[in-house]
Amino acid sequence: MTAQRVSYTLDSTLDTVNSAEEAASQMATEAGFGDEEVMKIAMAVREAAVNAVLHGNAYDPGKKVTVDFERTAQDLVITIRDQGKGMDLAKVPDPLAPENLLKTSGRGIFLIRSFMDEVEINPSTTGTEIKLIKHVRTAADAKEASQ
Amino acid sequence: MSMKTSTRQVDGVTIVDCSGRITLGEGSVILRDTVRDLLGKGNKKILLNLGDVNYIDSSGIGELVSAYTTVKNQGGELKLLNLTKKVHDLLQITKLYTVFDVKDDEAAAVKSFSK
Repeated sequence: MTAQRVSYTLDSTLDTVNSAEEAASQMATEAGFGDEEVMKIAMAVREAAVNAVLHGNAYDPGKKVTVDFERTAQDLVITIRDQGKGMDLAKVPDPLAPENLLKTSGRGIFLIRSFMDEVEINPSTTGTEIKLIKHVRTAADAKEASQ
Repeated sequence: MSMKTSTRQVDGVTIVDCSGRITLGEGSVILRDTVRDLLGKGNKKILLNLGDVNYIDSSGIGELVSAYTTVKNQGGELKLLNLTKKVHDLLQITKLYTVFDVKDDEAAAVKSFSK
């Protein structure tokens, strides 16, 4: 299978969040993932898009969010970039720590890491790039994993 | 599908039947406004029926936490009813399942509120 790549450049709006989620759901379905995995991938993309629109670009109409989907025989790779000031990963709290359990925010990155196989976050002063990777499991893989 | 709520009273408990998605934006705002409105009217025993909530994101989870703490801080109780598997799993992995009082039987849930 040759790699397939689709790229979107989107405004910093809530519609972008929904569009990214829908595109992820469609891509994951076409890649052959089951319903539960499709939901997890779509949710991870939604959370990353929320971060890009809300925290990265802060709804700035002059800044864009780009979402790239790349599908290979092994992986579905989704890369989301914003044009914000870059996030400080050291300041992302552990949402499972007892003192943070009742906080009303701060669970997005945790959910993304929970739902994807690999996550790379690359902040810079010109924006944050987050790469989400889900490994494509063949029927043979699934059979092996169940044994 | 956007979020919808309707409320009913059963033995002094306000049951909020929620349906749709509780996500950043409209869904979270509707939940927040509903709880705020109930508290404003003095309804402090609130049972959120999430049986028809098919999707919730981190903002929605945050809104549930906010509703829980807001009601508790005003001397009330907020409990959750009929979680779908997706919402149940999300509350499990975020360790919130043990924070919320989660019920799966409406009659028993209503009785569980303090008199």
